[in-house]
Amino acid sequence: MTPIGLAQIAVVLVAVIVAAIPLGGYIARVLAGERNLLTPALSPVERVFYRLAGVDSAREQSWLSYTMAMLAFSVVGFLSLYALQRLQASLPLDPQGFGGVPADLAFNTSISFVTNTNWQNYSGETTMSHLTQMLGLTVHNFVSAATGLAMAFALVRGLSRAESPTIGNFWVDLTRSTLYVLLPLSIIVALALVALGVPQTLQGSIEATALEGAKQTIAIGPIASQEAIKELGTNGGGFFNANSAHPFENPNALSNMLEIWALLVVPFATAFAFGRAVLDQRQGRVIAIAMMIVLVAGVLVAYWAEAGGNPLLTEIGVDPSPGNMEGKELRFGPAMSALFAAATTGTSCGAVNSMHDSFMPLGGLAPLFNMLMGSIAPGGVGAGLYGFLVLAIIAVFVAGLMVGRTPEYLGKKIEAREMKLAMLAVLIYPLSVLGFTAVSVMLQTGLASLNNAGPHGLSEILYAFASTTDNNGSAFAGLTGNTPWYNTTLGVAMLLGRFAFVIPVLAIAGAFAAKKKAPASVGAFPTHGPLFVGLLLGVIVILYLLQYFPALALGPIVEHFALLAGKTF
Amino acid sequence: MFSHLRPAIVMIVIFTALTGVIYPLAITGVAQLALPAQANGSLIERDGAIVGSTLIGQNFVSDRYFHGRPSATTGPDPADPSKSIDAPYNASNSMGSNLGPTSKKLVDRVNAAIEAEFDAGRIDVVAADAVTTSASGLDPHISPQFALAQAGAVAKARKLSETQVRALVDANTERRLLGVIGEPRVNLLLLNLALDRLQ
Repeated sequence: MTPIGLAQIAVVLVAVIVAAIPLGGYIARVLAGERNLLTPALSPVERVFYRLAGVDSAREQSWLSYTMAMLAFSVVGFLSLYALQRLQASLPLDPQGFGGVPADLAFNTSISFVTNTNWQNYSGETTMSHLTQMLGLTVHNFVSAATGLAMAFALVRGLSRAESPTIGNFWVDLTRSTLYVLLPLSIIVALALVALGVPQTLQGSIEATALEGAKQTIAIGPIASQEAIKELGTNGGGFFNANSAHPFENPNALSNMLEIWALLVVPFATAFAFGRAVLDQRQGRVIAIAMMIVLVAGVLVAYWAEAGGNPLLTEIGVDPSPGNMEGKELRFGPAMSALFAAATTGTSCGAVNSMHDSFMPLGGLAPLFNMLMGSIAPGGVGAGLYGFLVLAIIAVFVAGLMVGRTPEYLGKKIEAREMKLAMLAVLIYPLSVLGFTAVSVMLQTGLASLNNAGPHGLSEILYAFASTTDNNGSAFAGLTGNTPWYNTTLGVAMLLGRFAFVIPVLAIAGAFAAKKKAPASVGAFPTHGPLFVGLLLGVIVILYLLQYFPALALGPIVEHFALLAGKTF
Repeated sequence: MFSHLRPAIVMIVIFTALTGVIYPLAITGVAQLALPAQANGSLIERDGAIVGSTLIGQNFVSDRYFHGRPSATTGPDPADPSKSIDAPYNASNSMGSNLGPTSKKLVDRVNAAIEAEFDAGRIDVVAADAVTTSASGLDPHISPQFALAQAGAVAKARKLSETQVRALVDANTERRLLGVIGEPRVNLLLLNLALDRLQ
């Protein structure tokens, strides 16, 4: 680790927080339906949307109706994206003449984009036509993120309201999140990326004659517009196979910093927006601080592990001082690769600017553990906040047990029903991750996809199910995911991670909304100070370390010790 | 559920129009008008022909040029398109090796690269980037350390003085912005173009 590397990391994180505080205020105003900067320009557009869709924007929904609307939207989105991929050969804007996408791959990809995962079992430049990339994938980059933000605010309303039968209107939240938050930010970031060198053209490829005379076919396309929302919406689905490591997606150090900033800023802003929405900024600040502590811990572990180089290569004469450079781009180096890795897995983004599969064992453990914790530092757009609030509810409950009082969070009594729902949500993750991993390692078809042998092979499978369950989408990409087994099981994992988690969350929102709000009393456990941050972190560590330590011990941890002993596989 | 069907379908259609058509096309329009060089891939022309993009690495094997990092990209086998073979710097199929840190394949590959370059006397130190593949397989840069290590061999092949070649590397070295942002690097294509211009 070098002071320059640490300074690079600090610059990005400070820029994120500086922007997230005002953006949080803006998001809170947008989702409360208050007048804001863009109201004069956008409210006519918004009204057209509601009229066409037959939505009465003044009419709110119960939690069940809200959930049904969200599910209906997701099902329609899934079906249309599936059809688009299957039929792309007979549709326009396919300059490279790719055929239709096979059924199992189209199934996996459709779920992947609808659930905001963007796990990619395909290679963008050799599978998807420009039409599919634009009409299908870019659209879901927006609306799946907007859906996340909508659900987070449904929960926030549940916490801030008293004795209310409703938690908002899904169609209004969806429309406002897209129009007021994601679209304007994307336009700014996309144009900034073009200025920094990211291409934006409708051409399919460029033919060049390389200096030594060989022909070089360079794939290109409308990259900047997709890149911007890929980061801002914490989607992560790259235009190219190499994702943000590809020089066209991420040409230099500044574009790299902008992309990391873009993938962190909305989730952090959402934490501040929460504070504003519950009329106590301290509550939002506490969440943001806890998120930042988890994020920084992950960055430091990954940077430390990557900066020292690979001892097995040092031994045969490679200079270790630039760090472990296998699978890393020179222009980013180990510090910015480690920050990207921690940020993309701390959010549920999943874009990568280096190949996590080639990280050192403990360097790869950091992003893996980030996802096993459910990507809560700071989490996906919306998903981070509702994920963290579930943990806050559990933390308050644990505190209540310790002092022997009925636990309360923001004046809401936490009772058996809410606790059952919260535990149901957090237990889905290990069930999916560990269950599917266990079955995959027992099947020949599961093991045939491995790119690496030994403990690293287990890490590849564990990482895949952690990433999909968590709706992250990054990969230990050596694993060949485009097989019927993985296309199907990873697809199911993504469905469980999104819907089996969020339906209990929306039920909690409904239950809280209906409750009375108790006035603040001295007996209540304060949820806005350093003590609560400590408690939250303690609950997170205990909950997830206990669940996953055995699996991690067999994967990255044993690999670390094997490496120190000079063993290869 | 059915009452939600109309808004679900209508919303997908209008968001597709807005974010899938209008948004990318508007960005394309503005980018093509205001920033055409970047928007079209930062291409370099020499004598009227496109020789590549400053952002995309190319494969160099001749002794007369500086070499880039090893690349893990593959391409279809001309003999049997259903199979893929190694095709370094294939700019239509980016990928990394994805070999883990304890992979025997990785250690063997790096060993072979060291033999080919260092033991053959092409380089005089083994910089980390000289023997490792990048994440995209298209890394346009090499480290100044790797470039300088090749200076002697390139000078010999071109019958130039080593001082002259080292000066060229220096002139093509990009440093950190404000001393903090980015990593010191040399753009390989620009360096090799400058080398051609020397003669």
